Amino acid sequence: MEILYLLIPLSVMLVFFILGGLWWAIYRGQFEDIDAEGERILHQD
Amino acid sequence: MKFANTQATTYNDTVVRQFAIMTVVWGVVGTLVGLIIAAQLAWPDLIAGVSWLSFGRLRPLHTNAVIFAFGGCGLIGTSFYVVQRTCQVRLFSDKLAAFVFWGWQAVIVAAAISLPLGFTQGKEYAELEWPIDILITLVWVAYAFVFFGTVGTRKVKHIYVANWFYGAFIIAIALLHVVNNAAIPVGFMKSYSAYAGVQDAMVQWWYGHNAVGFLLTAGFLGMMYYFIPKQAERPIYSYRLSIVHFWALIFTYMWAGPHHLHYTALPDWTQSVGMVFSLILLAPSWGGMINGIMTLSGAWHKLRDDPILRFLIVSLSFYGMSTFEGPMMAIKTVNALSHYTDWTIGHVHSGALGWVGLVTIGSMYYLIPRLFGQKQMYSMKAVEIHFWTATIGIVIYIAAMWIAGVMQGLMWRAVNPDGTLTYTFVESVKATFPFYVLRLMGGLLYFGGMLMMLWNTFKTATAGRMVIIDIPPAAAHA
Repeated sequence: MEILYLLIPLSVMLVFFILGGLWWAIYRGQFEDIDAEGERILHQD
Repeated sequence: MKFANTQATTYNDTVVRQFAIMTVVWGVVGTLVGLIIAAQLAWPDLIAGVSWLSFGRLRPLHTNAVIFAFGGCGLIGTSFYVVQRTCQVRLFSDKLAAFVFWGWQAVIVAAAISLPLGFTQGKEYAELEWPIDILITLVWVAYAFVFFGTVGTRKVKHIYVANWFYGAFIIAIALLHVVNNAAIPVGFMKSYSAYAGVQDAMVQWWYGHNAVGFLLTAGFLGMMYYFIPKQAERPIYSYRLSIVHFWALIFTYMWAGPHHLHYTALPDWTQSVGMVFSLILLAPSWGGMINGIMTLSGAWHKLRDDPILRFLIVSLSFYGMSTFEGPMMAIKTVNALSHYTDWTIGHVHSGALGWVGLVTIGSMYYLIPRLFGQKQMYSMKAVEIHFWTATIGIVIYIAAMWIAGVMQGLMWRAVNPDGTLTYTFVESVKATFPFYVLRLMGGLLYFGGMLMMLWNTFKTATAGRMVIIDIPPAAAHA
């Protein structure tokens, strides 16, 4: 099952990438005014 | 840094229009090929002797057409529409967007020619040979540039949740495509996989299940999260839930692949990981379903008169069904019965025809009139009829496959008191025949609906005109 030496590190790297994205979203203000954001698309175009 | 697209005052809907039309066209083509192979399963000698119309060659043409041609055009087109409107900025690059459209059509045509001619890597949903794989990679890189470039140059600080789903789909497919298609070319259209044996199987089903999870699920959830609120004229039920289930979904999906390889040479612990994560996956999946359906809370009456909304909401019911059925089938004991039977086909099509098909159709019926300056589709009556033919067709299809599948599983494991098998394999094939015919009937109904959609789209487009939409002046920044 040597392929797991590729798949597991690849998946773990992906998890870190995902966690990085989550960190960016939380600490860079993506979730500041959650309720308004859901409404916003109804006001556009 | 000032990018050219931020100066533009109109949206680029040309590429959206192109993708929307082709979504409908490929939808008809893909389901037609499906009809042919369904007929061949019932009557194997139907097109005897024509190698390029044989079942083995047409089956991948069907899967590639419905997933990548129909599904792909639907996803790319709607993502370009949604990302512009939620970011209030024109697409990052018109030239690259045009390359994405024409490049993707070239991939589809190359598939339509090479697959019936027998050129295949033999990997499910990754049959296309290496030169086409390279073209896909180039188109995909351009697609990522356009999509993320548009998000990066947005005029609204917040990134609407649909864009997270589309973004995850784009990144995941890039990774999956490159890893699973790694191969050594030995000729113009011939290559050998970089992997072998059960290793290759593991990579293939890591790819296969994540293709389901990121293309057929995450991508279309992005579509759902925009078009349901817009059609229902109500905000998503819980924006908070949409964010939570997004992160849970993309994390969990990566580990579910081994459930395709239960009771094979794959190590037991790997199979168990796949089974457990598939069961966990039920929660984030249902988060999406509940969020979409409950958006109609307080507005259920809209379903009475609005067939487009019906398409979108019913698609979520099938999504919920499939994401319950899937985890159940991922349980090893259940899988011991269902694997290699038509139950798997039933499950696939409840997701494909029910979830993917209906959400795309509903979104197209919302989008197409707007792309041609119309208030609604040429014939809402036809939309209404399409909804019923599609839904009834799906139900007949999956019921036939459930019965056939469970029957096959039971027949294959039946043993006599002396320990010998009760049935020969060919007896199970004979017993399946009526269900193959029933399934063909269900598919015919569904295909009929797609034809109606093609007609309706043609009438809408020719009655309308290609409008150019202004980007609304920048409102107060979020």
